[in-house]
Amino acid sequence: MSSELQPNLIALQTIVYREVKRFTRIWPQTLLPPAITMVLYFVIFGNLIGRQIGDMGGFTYMEYIVPGLIMMSVITNSYGNVVSSFFGSKFQRSIEELMVSPVSPHTILIGYTLGGVLRGLMVGVIVTLLSLFFTHLQVHHLGVTILVVVLTATIFSLLGFINAVFARNFDDISIIPTFVLTPLTYLGGVFYSITLLPPFWQTVSLANPVLHMVNAFRYGILGVSDIKISVAITFMIVATIVLYIGCARLLVSGRGMRT
Amino acid sequence: MSSALSIRQLTKTYGNGFQALSGIDLDVAEGDFFALLGPNGAGKSTTIGILSTLVNKTSGTVNIFGHDLDKSPAALKRSIGVVPQEFNFNQFEKTFDIVVTQAGYYGIPAKIAKERAEQYLTQLGLWDKRDVPSRSLSGGMKRRLMIARALVHEPRLLILDEPTAGVDIELRRSMWAFLTELNEKGITIILTTHYLEEAEQLCRNIGIIDHGTIVENTSMRNLLGQLHVETFLLDLKNNLTVAPQLVGYPSRLVDSHTLEVQVDKAMGITALFTQLATQNIEVLSLRNKTNRLEELFVSLVEKNLAKVAV
Repeated sequence: MSSELQPNLIALQTIVYREVKRFTRIWPQTLLPPAITMVLYFVIFGNLIGRQIGDMGGFTYMEYIVPGLIMMSVITNSYGNVVSSFFGSKFQRSIEELMVSPVSPHTILIGYTLGGVLRGLMVGVIVTLLSLFFTHLQVHHLGVTILVVVLTATIFSLLGFINAVFARNFDDISIIPTFVLTPLTYLGGVFYSITLLPPFWQTVSLANPVLHMVNAFRYGILGVSDIKISVAITFMIVATIVLYIGCARLLVSGRGMRT
Repeated sequence: MSSALSIRQLTKTYGNGFQALSGIDLDVAEGDFFALLGPNGAGKSTTIGILSTLVNKTSGTVNIFGHDLDKSPAALKRSIGVVPQEFNFNQFEKTFDIVVTQAGYYGIPAKIAKERAEQYLTQLGLWDKRDVPSRSLSGGMKRRLMIARALVHEPRLLILDEPTAGVDIELRRSMWAFLTELNEKGITIILTTHYLEEAEQLCRNIGIIDHGTIVENTSMRNLLGQLHVETFLLDLKNNLTVAPQLVGYPSRLVDSHTLEVQVDKAMGITALFTQLATQNIEVLSLRNKTNRLEELFVSLVEKNLAKVAV
């Protein structure tokens, strides 16, 4: 095993370097759009409409939505990076370069996931920096903030990977983001506290995993949350492990890649 | 000589029930230049797909330089380089990056990877295209890029699936010279091709696969030795209106200046010229009607087709 470790570390470095190079090379498609979109959210929702809404959870509306918007961009970009890069490799058949090589399936999976996490974090940092033009941010709990954002980016990178494995055409990689990811994110407490909802819908909202992630991140930044942080973090760790095992099995089986 | 490749009872049945391989046995010796021929859909690409682990076998064993496909796939993968039929690299990446990245997948440190990429891209005439996105390369250049990529981890066995398809004759000949040089350096080469002249010129041993079975596995010399009758075209100096009577040599007039003659090995060619001379027919030149290997290939595949039909 140790004789395989060194080559796999080099392979991992190669995959991550290639992934980062890919999304930085096409930055007008990957890094610029979330920056513009989030500035629009800050201006319209945070500034213009937010002034009419007033405080939420003891903070100005702008302060309240900034953590949610950062998470929204992290979720979208980590998922989008892996799904488009891995499906693109399948589509162009360049995935065969990896499949014929002695790289371990775990190295491939970790490499693509790290690529997604790095893009998610990079966009998250860009959006955070932009938010400073609109509001003052102070981090309530740095450890929770970093842990939650990394776990969230990992989870959505792994989900993007599953989507890419099963996708057979470009429609298949846009269906899940459009019809599942976007509604879950918008209903995941990015723009509101679930305490504003009737009790029934509060309970329903708890089934939305994005709600837990957004609230845990908001706790890290502002110190307020609609849900228990320990539950949210435990859920994210379990989800990461389960998704990783599922993705690794898909890779080993060669589903969608080997005939 | 030790074995580079040993395949035993290899079968492949696809999900739709199509049986692409029905229990093939194949051995390729280390250092060999081996041709794997067969008509379209015969099972060549499936065999190569299994060797490169892109196709899951149904049953049987594959052993490459002592590495079993099931027991030590990583070691097996390190010992082979594959040049597929279809282009399978990222069309947006630069030529140099594609080769260096592939080396990284094999665990080769970046410095060595870059040196080797330069070496192979230079040898294959692509060094001046190193910073060009691969999509802008010509078809022949893309094929050479895939050869450079397959060599960057310095495999002991190189498998090429139709490497010269769509490549012009000049480039094809330069690729032949390159492959011959690699083989002379000790790299075992397995080649599939539809250009039988290519197989005849390059390969020492040959396997013919048809309908998922190996119908012939022998040396090129032995195989060509099986050719008892060759068809020649004779270019004549003077016009003829009817085919001459040639005893023991079935013939027909293709046009007024071209005579087609079937020559049985037992008869030889000297007697033919004697008969032509007695009839005052002067021959300017002669050539095989088709490539010799092609004649054999067609006859073997036809025989197998008759067997399968029965």
